[in-house]
Parts: sequence; C-alpha cells; structure tokens
Amino acid sequence: MRLLTHNMLSCNIKGVTNGFPLGLEITKREIKEVEFNSDFVRNMFAKIEWKALVNAAKSMGYEELPEEVDSSMLESDEFLKRFHHALLELHLEEGALVCPETGRQFPVVKGIPNMLLNEDEV
Amino acid sequence: MSRPEFEAPPEIFYNESEARKYTSSSRITEIQAKLSERALELLALPEDHVPRLLLDIGCGSGLSGETLTESGHQWIGLDISDSMLNVALEREAEGDLLLSDMGQGLGFRDGVIDDAISISALQWLCNADRAFFGSLYRCLARGARAVFQVYPESNDQRELISEFAMRAGFSGGLLVDFPHSSKSMKEYLVLTCGASSSVPSGKGEDDEESCSEDESSGDEENQTKLTKEGKSRVKSREWVRNIVPPDSKYTARKRKSHFFRVLFMFMQ
Repeated sequence: MRLLTHNMLSCNIKGVTNGFPLGLEITKREIKEVEFNSDFVRNMFAKIEWKALVNAAKSMGYEELPEEVDSSMLESDEFLKRFHHALLELHLEEGALVCPETGRQFPVVKGIPNMLLNEDEV
Repeated sequence: MSRPEFEAPPEIFYNESEARKYTSSSRITEIQAKLSERALELLALPEDHVPRLLLDIGCGSGLSGETLTESGHQWIGLDISDSMLNVALEREAEGDLLLSDMGQGLGFRDGVIDDAISISALQWLCNADRAFFGSLYRCLARGARAVFQVYPESNDQRELISEFAMRAGFSGGLLVDFPHSSKSMKEYLVLTCGASSSVPSGKGEDDEESCSEDESSGDEENQTKLTKEGKSRVKSREWVRNIVPPDSKYTARKRKSHFFRVLFMFMQ
C-alpha cells in the first residue's frame, strides 16, 4: 500500500467521527520505483492532507518532505520529485493501520490492508 | 446461464481455484478488458492526458485495473475476495489493493477520488445497500463520474440499484450497448456526482451499426436481423444489392400496386 492510498483512507467504523489519519504500524516496508509524472502529482496536491503525508513518510523513514507547503512550490521539480517519492514509491508491505479514535487495527498483509468490518462495526 | 451470485457470497464463491480459473480464461480476460475500456470511455475524462486517481470497485484479480494502468491512471482497487486479490498480486497489479466489502460502505475521505469504475460487480450487492452509494458519493469529487458495468438479475434489481443511486444524490442513468442482441447486450449505470448530465447513448442502438466487433459475433451475423418493431428487414435495398448480379438492373424499387397500374391504363 502506498502513502497515496493511506492519505485517502479513513476509518468508517460506525460512530467514528474522525477516522483520519490512520496510524501506521510498520513491520516491513518497501521502495518500488514508479515513473515520475509531474502532472499527476501537481493535480493530486490539492487533495492531499499534507501534515498526514509528512508524518506517514517520516514513520516510513523518509524525512525529505518540508513541513509547510504552498502551491508556489509546485514550480520546483525538486519538490515534485520528493512529493512523488513519498506518494507513490514508499510501500507498506506488512504491518497494520490503526484507527485514531478507537485504536482498532486493520492488518496489512502482503501490502493489502484488510478493511473488512465486523458486524457490530457497521 | 447460471449466475454465480446465486450460488454463494463473493468471498466464498471466488475461492483460490475459482479466482485462478476466472483469470486464466482468455475469453473472460478479453471480455473484461473490453468492458473496462468502454467504462473508461464513458467516464469521459478531459483529454489533457493528466493521470487521474480512480477507484475500481470490485477489482477482482486486477483485470480492469490493467486497462486503467495502460491508460496511465493511478487506481485503488477494492474487493471482498482475498483469493482474487492474491491473483492480482501475482499478476503484479500496479494499483493499491484493499480487502473491503463495498456493502459496508467505502472508507475514504470526502471528495478525494477523481472517478470510479466497476466491472461486473454491482450485482453481487444483494440489497443495493444505501450505505454503499452514500459513501461513494461522499468520497468522489464534485462532477466526478462513476460507471458500473452490471448484470442485473431482474428488473426489480435494476430499478432498486438506480433508485438507491439517485437517492444518494447521483444523477445519470442506465445505458445499454447492443440492446438488440441478447448475447452482446451490456448495461452500464453511468452516474455523475452532483451536476446533472445526460447519459450518452449506447453502442448498436441504431440498426445500421453491426455487433460484429463484440465477442459473440459470427453466428449472429448470419441470422435475420430484426428491427425495433420486430419486422424482418431481409428485403432492404442494401440487402438486395448485395445478392443480385452486378450487371442486373433490378433494384428492388417498390412498384405501385397492380390495381393502380390497371386504373392508369384505363385512363389513357
């Protein structure tokens, strides 16, 4: 699972009002190279919760993202490449996602988060 | 034709062997690729070549995702069958995969997904759960489209699905490709988030267009084609032109009835 997906996911257990961002428990991570497309990352920028991305990248061991951003930085190729790396190339392979409100764990196996809810959580 | 969704829930039906069988059938992979291409076309994405973030609902073994990847898009696929997702992993699907039940609603932040497709999956949603369309509506960006290729089991299910989609706030409706052929007919639920737009028209709705590009060509073409009213059009001019010798002057032009010809003779 890439951090792009992590940045979109929100816990939807019944009754949870703030299910974002999910905490990351990392047992195994991987870096997979993806072709850089500046249009895509520029387009995604507005949809990304920046703080959540910075923190997730940090816990995955990548600290090159600036804490504060504004849209003028989209002019810089250097910035876009870092953004691209954090968004698409860092993968969580084994571990868990943790609901920030209830602490419920969603196990991640072979890069696939198990988001299935129990009957009493729907 | 038997329907797998009557036999067992999807996570049970698509076990290890069914998942493999499904994905190794070249007929199925070919059909799925065609359906995905059509769904992608119906999304009517702007022609700016900017890759989008798409959702593939019921992504299975990633067959539809391959089409999205080939078109350069990033995607997140979700499916309830982990056997299917394992096959997707083996096939090195480029998108992220989630083990998730669409009937439980989608767990995404609001308005972050550009568009969504879903191929041959929605009929598994037994009760067309309201939670599903509501959560889909929320996670899509305003103006986004969602295209579901679907095999409704009955008219009731067809209506129920549309009704729940409309109630969730979507506009749009059902589009039918090749409505005159029971074999190649395909239905797509084309939904727009927020702003209303008209549903594009299906392929093969006009009788002129042939169904030959579809997977079930061949035997159908030799059959007598029926028009919308169910009349045979065997004796159309085009048909006649194809079968008379090239030097013949016979054009199948309609003549006045014999009664009038006799009447004219008397008048002269």
